[in-house]
Amino acid sequence: MHPSRRNPGADASSNFSGAVVLELIVISTLNGILFGMLLFLMASGLTVIFSMLGVLNFAHASFYMLGAFFGFQTSRWLGFWPALLIAPLLAGAIGAGVERFGLRRVHRNGHVAELLFTFGLAFVIEEVVQIIWGKSPVDFRIPPSLDFSAFTIFSTNYPAYKMFMLLVSIAIFVGLLVVLKKTRIGLIVQAALTHPHMVAHLGHNVGRIFMLVFGVGTALAAVAGVIAGPALVTQSNMAGLLGPILFVVVVVGGLGSLSGAFVASLLIGLVQTFAVSMNGSLSGAFGPLGPAYAATWLSDIWGVTIAQIAPIVPYVLLVLILIFRPMGLLGTRDT
Amino acid sequence: MSDVAATVAPPLPTAAEKLRFFSLWVLAAVALLLLPQIFGSGSSLTTFSLIGISIIFSLSYNILLGQTGMLSFGHAVYYGLGGFLVIHAINIIGANKLPVPLPIVPLIGGITGLLFAVLLGWVSTQRSGTAFAMISLGVAELIASSALILRTFFGGEAGVSANRTKLLKLFGWNFGPQIQIYYLVAAWTLIAVIAMYALTRTPLGRMCNAVRDNPERVQFVGYNPHTVRYLAFCFAGFFAGIAGALAAINFEIANSAYLGAAQSGTVLFATYIGGIGFFIGPIVGAIFVTFLSLGLSDLTQVWQLYFGLIFIAVVLFAPGGITGLFMMHRPLLKAGTLLRVLPSYLVALVPTLAMLAGLVLAVETIVHYTVNPGDDSHIKAFGVGFDAASPSVWAMSLVLLIGGFLAARRTWVWVGHAWNDATSLAREKGVAT
Repeated sequence: MHPSRRNPGADASSNFSGAVVLELIVISTLNGILFGMLLFLMASGLTVIFSMLGVLNFAHASFYMLGAFFGFQTSRWLGFWPALLIAPLLAGAIGAGVERFGLRRVHRNGHVAELLFTFGLAFVIEEVVQIIWGKSPVDFRIPPSLDFSAFTIFSTNYPAYKMFMLLVSIAIFVGLLVVLKKTRIGLIVQAALTHPHMVAHLGHNVGRIFMLVFGVGTALAAVAGVIAGPALVTQSNMAGLLGPILFVVVVVGGLGSLSGAFVASLLIGLVQTFAVSMNGSLSGAFGPLGPAYAATWLSDIWGVTIAQIAPIVPYVLLVLILIFRPMGLLGTRDT
Repeated sequence: MSDVAATVAPPLPTAAEKLRFFSLWVLAAVALLLLPQIFGSGSSLTTFSLIGISIIFSLSYNILLGQTGMLSFGHAVYYGLGGFLVIHAINIIGANKLPVPLPIVPLIGGITGLLFAVLLGWVSTQRSGTAFAMISLGVAELIASSALILRTFFGGEAGVSANRTKLLKLFGWNFGPQIQIYYLVAAWTLIAVIAMYALTRTPLGRMCNAVRDNPERVQFVGYNPHTVRYLAFCFAGFFAGIAGALAAINFEIANSAYLGAAQSGTVLFATYIGGIGFFIGPIVGAIFVTFLSLGLSDLTQVWQLYFGLIFIAVVLFAPGGITGLFMMHRPLLKAGTLLRVLPSYLVALVPTLAMLAGLVLAVETIVHYTVNPGDDSHIKAFGVGFDAASPSVWAMSLVLLIGGFLAARRTWVWVGHAWNDATSLAREKGVAT
C-alpha cells in the first residue's frame, strides 16, 4: 500500500553499519515525502470539499481507486500519457455528477445523511470495480519510458518512476497553490474555507462552485490513483486500505485546514515509511533482560517488530492527537 | 412560558395504557416462544438466532446514531471484543470446570464491551458530528489492525473457537442443538430490547436526545454534552458486547471479521434502512437486512451491489427508513385520507418496478460478461432465466430502464400531488402532521 514496501533498504537494517543507516535514512525520507505528497493530493481535495460543502466525502479514496483503474484501462488502449489526462477527467466528471445529482439532493436531510450517502457510494464503487475488473490485482505496469533507475545512492538504485511521481505531485501542489492564491476562483474557495455563508451572500453561484470543487477534488484523487497505480498494487481493496489513513490525515491536520492537511500528510507519510523500514522489537532491544512471562502470553507484544506495527502507527497518532489536541494540529473550526 | 414550569411532569399513564404497554411485551415473549413451533427447521432456527443477534446489535447502534446523534463507523469493535472474550471465557470455564452455566456467559461479553467503551469512549466522544465519525473509524482500524498483530489472543486470520456444550448444565440443557441456542438468543434479545427501551425513558435517555438536537442548549441547562455522549457510548458498547457474545456462542468461533469495517458497515446499514427515528426502526432493519443478505445471496451473484444500491436509495429517498415511511402515513390513517394516496402509489409502482427490472437485467447481463465471460450465456437471476447474449435482452433492459424511468418520473410527481392533497385534508380535519 505504501511505497516503502518495496524499499530495498528495509532488509539491510540488521547490519547497522554507518553507511547502511545513512542510506536507510535518505531512502526512507525520499519514500516518506513521496507517500506524504500522494496523501496530500487526496487530502487537499477532501479538505476543500469538506470546508465548502460541510461534508466529509467518504468515497474520496474510491475516486483514487477509480483513477487507478481508469488509468489502467486507458493506458491499455491509448498508452500511459493519455491515461494520465483522461482518467482524472473521467473520475472528475463522475465526481461532479455525484455532487449535482446525489449530494445536492441529500443535502436537505442533513450532514449525517450526506456522510451516509458517500459511505454507500464508496461501498457501491468498490462492488462495481470488483464486478468489472475482478478482485485480484490488475497488471498496471510502469511505462517503459520511465522504467529505469534515476540515480544510485550508496548501493540502492532509486527508480525514475518514483521521482516522476514526486515531481507530478509537487507540480500539482504548486499549481494548486498558485490557483488558490492568485486566481479569482481560488480566492472564492479560500473565502469559503472560513466564511462559507458569506460567499453565498455575496452572490456567487454556490451550486456551480460546489460542483466544480467536488469535480476538481475527485480528479486530484484520481491523479494520485493513476500515478500510484503502477508503483503500488492496483486492486479493488485499495480504497478500503487507504481511506481510513486519509481520514486520519484530515483529522490529525485539523478538519478544514489545508495547511494542516499538508503537515499531517507529510508527517504520516514519513512516520509510516520509517516504521516500515525498521526491524527492531522489544525483544531485540531488551533481549537479555527478557522476563520469563514475556515469552508466553506477552510474546506477541514482545516479539513484534516496528515494521509489523507500521499499519497501526497512523491510528495511534490519531488517538494521541485527540487526547492532547482535539482540534487537530492546525485546526480551528469545531464541527 | 411560566405555564411550562407548572406542568413539568406528564400525566401518569392510566391503567388501560399500562395494560396495553405490558401486554405488548408479553405478546412478544409468547411469539418468541411459539415461533419454533411454526418454523421448526434447522435453517429457520439459525435465521431467527441471527435476527435476534442483529436486533440487539442494531438497537445498541441506534443508542448512538438515532438517540444521541453520533454516527459511528466502528461499532463492531465492541461487538467483536465481546465475542472474543466470551470464546476465551467459555474455554477457561470449560477447562477449569467452573460453576458458570452458558446462559449467563453473554453477560461477560456485555461487560467486555462496556469496559472497552469506557476505555476508548472518553477520547472518541470528545467531538461530535463528522469528527466523531472519523475518530470512530480510526479507533476501529486501530483495534482491527492490532487484532491481527496480537495473534495469541485473537488467533490471527483463523480466529479462536470454543465448545459451548462443555459448560455446567442447567435442567439438562447442553446447548448443542440449535433450538436451545434459539431460546437462549430469544431470551437475551427480549431482555436487551426491554432494557434498551427502558433506557430511552430514563432522564439519561432524554438528555441523549437533547444532546443530539441542541448540544449548546444542553450546556446552558447545566449538563456536559461530552459526559452524556460518553454515557450513551458506554451503554451502546455494553449491548453490542452482548450481541457479539451471542454471535460467538452461536457460531462457536470468533475471528477478525467480527471486529472489521464490514461488520460496522452492516450494522449501520441495518439500523439506517430500518429507520433511526423510532425505537422499533432498528428491529425492522435487522429483520429486513438479515433476510435480505440471506435471500439475495441465493438469488444473485452480486447481491452486495444491490445491497449498497438499496442503502443509497433509502438515504436519498426515504431518510426515515422503512419505519419512517410507514409512520408518515399514520396521520393520514387517523384522518381517513389514506385512500387518496393509495391509487397513486399503485400507478407509480408499475413503471418504477419496470425501471428496477431493467436495471437488474442490465446489471446481470454486464456481470455475465465481466465476471464469468466464458460461461453459458443462459443465466438465471432472481429465479428468472434469460439469455445474456441475445440483443433482444439488451434492448429490453434498455427500454425498461429508460422508458420506466421517464414514465416513473411523471407518476412520482402525481404521487407528490396526491400526498399534498391528503395531508392538507388531514390537517383540516385537525390531525397534526
